[in-house]
Amino acid sequence: MQFEGRTWRYGDDINTDVLIPARYLSTSDPVELAKHALEDLDPNFVKEVQVGDVIVGGKNFGCGSSREHAPIAIKEAGVSCVIASSFARIFFRNSINLGLPILECPEAVAHAEAGDVLRIDLAAGTIFNNTTGQTYQAAPFPEGVMKIIRAGGLMNSIKEEVQAREATYASAK
Amino acid sequence: MGMTMTEKIMARHAGLESVKPGDLIEAEIDLMMGNDITAPISIKRLKDIGLTKLPYPEKFFLVLSHYAPSKDIASAAQIMISRSFAKEQQLQHYYAEGSGIEHVILPEEGWVLPGELIIGADSHSCTYGATGCYSTGIGSTDLAAAMATGRLWMQVPETYKFELTGARPQYIMGKDLILHIIGMLGGDGVLNQTMEYTGDALRTLPMEERLTMANMAIEAGAQNGIFPYDDVTEAYLNGRAKKEYTPVHSDPDAKYAKHFKIDISKIEPLVALPWSPENVRTVSEMSGETVDRVFIGSCTNARLSDLRTVASIIKGHKVACDTLIVPGSKQVYRDAMNEGLFEIFLEAGATISAPTCGACFGGFMGVLGPDEKCLSTSNRNFVGRMGHPTSKSFLANPAVAAATALTGVITHPKDVAGREVVTA
Ligand code: SF4
Repeated sequence: MQFEGRTWRYGDDINTDVLIPARYLSTSDPVELAKHALEDLDPNFVKEVQVGDVIVGGKNFGCGSSREHAPIAIKEAGVSCVIASSFARIFFRNSINLGLPILECPEAVAHAEAGDVLRIDLAAGTIFNNTTGQTYQAAPFPEGVMKIIRAGGLMNSIKEEVQAREATYASAK
Repeated sequence: MGMTMTEKIMARHAGLESVKPGDLIEAEIDLMMGNDITAPISIKRLKDIGLTKLPYPEKFFLVLSHYAPSKDIASAAQIMISRSFAKEQQLQHYYAEGSGIEHVILPEEGWVLPGELIIGADSHSCTYGATGCYSTGIGSTDLAAAMATGRLWMQVPETYKFELTGARPQYIMGKDLILHIIGMLGGDGVLNQTMEYTGDALRTLPMEERLTMANMAIEAGAQNGIFPYDDVTEAYLNGRAKKEYTPVHSDPDAKYAKHFKIDISKIEPLVALPWSPENVRTVSEMSGETVDRVFIGSCTNARLSDLRTVASIIKGHKVACDTLIVPGSKQVYRDAMNEGLFEIFLEAGATISAPTCGACFGGFMGVLGPDEKCLSTSNRNFVGRMGHPTSKSFLANPAVAAATALTGVITHPKDVAGREVVTA
């Protein structure tokens, strides 16, 4: 899995309330949510984001609530990958579960500026900054997490088990 | 090698002899919870993979808390998804609108028990750790997977020990202790790890205060907060626990990543300034800061003991600014009413609403306008958390909230104690 996109650079502790404000949580429609991604922090984001763009944040990215609406909104807005120095656990899980690529790499974050073009190889965990010519290596995912990524998200990874059980209900009828 | 409470609970639920920090496990879940915002996404995920029947419906708790009673047409439509799912699956644990906030209801009804492994699709699901269980917040897809299989993947955290000693001063509540810790360590001070409490000060810390502290573990970035099983827990669960339970205790030789000692006799009432719960000052430092309104509610501080504290301070006085009081559950609402607290609140000029999250997350009923300032007993004060992006919320304990309601400026409760009573 490879991506290339421009950098949207944000700071530390980007929380889920700014990723998608609560006033929009009365829907879970991805298209609606994407219209309001990050609007309290950076109103230009939704106006100018292009498919493939990358969000780069500092430490504790995605802290706050458990709302999956946050990764849903930025994924639907076109973001191909989030890179941060560290992630809040629930946001990390939600992103993996949904298939939003996400990499922890403090070095890449330290040397990325808004607008830099980044090329990312997810399987290898490498981040190449086209603008500066530097390459960075992100922390590898544990094997259990890789399994979910390879399956294409958490629901895909349990689909077989659920459908096998459903089949027994059907045959019992 | 000894294990901490959290490690023991995880090992037990993964069918393993032992686990250590960093291990990825697949754990059996005892109880799973979703609310009107997070559950509709889980329900959709389950339908998408063809699930027609929950294998463990008795383990799933569905609570209409956030936008209930429905705020508008969109939230009504979301609630209808939950309601029809509850009907279709014949859920025993479906909490319709007006029941209150999940994190107040589940402990109060005795569903969250020592030694259990609990998940909730709401970040404040860490609240339940006050009773000695492992409980953590997860997202909607995690919840869907757990609903479909009864299991979930987890990573074993490191445990940070917080040893609380000393006598608890007047007006110091669980809120001040947890704000003190968050102020000291920062919003990512315990990132993705566990906060375990110990020390002789726990003896004087009732369950309500422990619930407040466990509630805000996530505000230090922690995956869970956990209290030991002791006399306070036993007394709280006596007659309340819905099932048998087996408490776990940390081994004397358990390994802690960090150990903090806190003398609580030195702590003063605290307030967290915008835009983060880590932005902590003493109330004395902030006294004189004006606010436009006060909100007393949320899963952090809307239990009966909180409302009693508020009533004891405002009894016989008038509020100086708009003051919204939202009991955390139907039971709290009923008890407060029967004890005569509502009369005190209404006499003082406060507003009382049905139990809901509402104002806490800027959802509805009590939303803040541009630049509006609110002193809130809730747990988060991020940009836009309670309304307009320029509105500001200050977080404090219920005693400080009550004192502030009487003056319209951030006020230490001792400064209003003994004021002349103005109403009968
Ligand atoms: S009261 Fe506030 S913090 Fe608690 S569950 Fe509701 S919205 Fe979340």
